[in-house]
Amino acid sequence: MQNFLEFEKSIAELEGKMEELRHLSDIGDIKIADEVSRLQTRIDRSLNQIYSKLSPWQKVQVARHPDRPHCNDYIAALIDDFTPLAGDRGFAEDAAVMGGLGRFRGRSCVVVGQEKGNDTESRVAHNFGMARPEGYRKAQRLMRLAERFQLPVVTFVDTAGAYPGIGAEERGQAEAIARAMQVCLDIRVPVISVIIGEGGSGGAIAIAAANTVLMMEHAVYSVISPEGCASILWRSGDHAEEAAEALKLTAQDLLKLGVVDGVIDEPLGAAHRDPLMAMKAAGDAVEKALEALDGLDPDTVRARRRERFLNIGNDKLS
Amino acid sequence: MSWLTNYVRPKIRALVQREDVPDNLWQQCPACEQMIFHRELEAALNVCTHCGHHMRLPALKRLEVLFDDGAYDRVELPRVMADPLRFRDRKRYGDRLKESRAATGNDDALIVAFGKMGGRGTVVAAFDFRFMGGSMGMAVGRGLIAAARHAVLKNAPLIAIPASGGARMQEGILSLMQMPRTVLAVDEVREAGLPFIVVLTDPTTGGVTASFAMLGDIALAEPGAVIGFAGARVIQETIREKLPQGFQRAEYLRDHGMVDRVVHRHQIRDELIRLNDLLMNPRAGQKIVPLGEPGKRRKAGKPAVADGDEQDRNEERPAAE
Ligand SMILES: [Zn+2]
Repeated sequence: MQNFLEFEKSIAELEGKMEELRHLSDIGDIKIADEVSRLQTRIDRSLNQIYSKLSPWQKVQVARHPDRPHCNDYIAALIDDFTPLAGDRGFAEDAAVMGGLGRFRGRSCVVVGQEKGNDTESRVAHNFGMARPEGYRKAQRLMRLAERFQLPVVTFVDTAGAYPGIGAEERGQAEAIARAMQVCLDIRVPVISVIIGEGGSGGAIAIAAANTVLMMEHAVYSVISPEGCASILWRSGDHAEEAAEALKLTAQDLLKLGVVDGVIDEPLGAAHRDPLMAMKAAGDAVEKALEALDGLDPDTVRARRRERFLNIGNDKLS
Repeated sequence: MSWLTNYVRPKIRALVQREDVPDNLWQQCPACEQMIFHRELEAALNVCTHCGHHMRLPALKRLEVLFDDGAYDRVELPRVMADPLRFRDRKRYGDRLKESRAATGNDDALIVAFGKMGGRGTVVAAFDFRFMGGSMGMAVGRGLIAAARHAVLKNAPLIAIPASGGARMQEGILSLMQMPRTVLAVDEVREAGLPFIVVLTDPTTGGVTASFAMLGDIALAEPGAVIGFAGARVIQETIREKLPQGFQRAEYLRDHGMVDRVVHRHQIRDELIRLNDLLMNPRAGQKIVPLGEPGKRRKAGKPAVADGDEQDRNEERPAAE
């Protein structure tokens, strides 16, 4: 069972027909087989048409698609010997942030990312990917661990934002995010970030102050959710579509603004239609980014990351 | 997260209302509801003379009372591209900027000043909340970097005084990018071995709190100031529970270990002078007092030239090094 988005109605219809035909094709009728392949061509053409010009608001829907591969999927697909590590050593373990040691295409690394979960139970367990201070403190701890052993850090960013709760505020959500960014910028090892779905505000940048920031083709990354922006600036959440447009939150826009370094192509009809292919493409891009930093001394790796952020917006001087 | 919701809207309304009444000689304290004569309120730096409630204080007024004899130089801030996204909601961002500039006389929400505080050269970066809710966009981010570099150049402590609803949405992702950029700014001060002190004022929320504002060597806060990451309304909508008494207020943060001291506005200058002296002048008894009048004083309001003055640098360095 596939989840179709509102703008995919035509695809849903074609896929429905296809399903019916597939049942019939068990009989082995050549005419039906022909029909199936013709239908497939039509589906591909429609997908291509729709997905090559998604509006920003449609991208937001795709980025949040429940079938889209999440952090744990990327870890399963790309990281061998993954060994999750837990806890901030101060207060608690926060399962909204996944982290641990593993081997990415041969090299040991530290992986950190937000996990949204994919069914009711796992969503609750991971708090829908919305981290509390402990999640950001765990991230800090793991990044320091990476630095101690000279391992690169790979982060998979996918969160609606940091969790807004009483306890989170009391335990210093803001401080935890600020400090995570500080550590992210400070460590003397390569840091590569991939925005795989939703890059939600401070909760995202906390683990995305990287040497190389990559973004999946249909991911979004924004200072505020379109709904939140609309409710403040338009005084109504109904204007989320306009807000999404205005915020320039697509990978393509962010590449132009110099905020991301590369956009990773997704398979036809986005990552949720072929997760393995999407994740492989992400792996290839991460590998390339790491190779580009190979051989640099630790201080240079750190200095380059800091320069990268200091330079953002500088060429836009008036 | 829409952390701006709770603070910006009512305040903008309040500002508009205030201007609607031209001869507003008496002002009501929002906390105790007593009336205060405007001159009395001004003399008390907008602290209620009845109950001690701290109302907001414009950035320029703050600078005036922090520096010795009210004298300081404005540090000229680098220009940034205005309206990088050509953002438009119900209004053009470009128009909002123009209005805020006209209303406040400032280019953007951050004012950076250099002057003597207790005789010591000090850089202060103060937010003007009246400028689009003190929101942080490219100009503020670059301004903080400039402030940090000026502090390093002058071998001076950096004091940041946020009053901000958070990131400036109208600059989209570029405003989010100011979070890591301001972290880098304060790192430069830290790496130079200079103090970075934050004075949290009402309100300090969102992306401003979650970046440089929470990284002070020492964090002071004004009584009753709202300080937090997520807006109270967003939290309430998420958890559907009543928020505890005093939630996200300065005293609450102190009790939860997030700020060092809650300091009355009238004591902040003395407190900063003492802290800077303790941090930068560890052996006061051995200090060699320079002869004659130290340095040339520039006129307040005139932009300082952002290059190093050897004489200034030497005399501001702690004597015992
Ligand atoms: Zn009062």
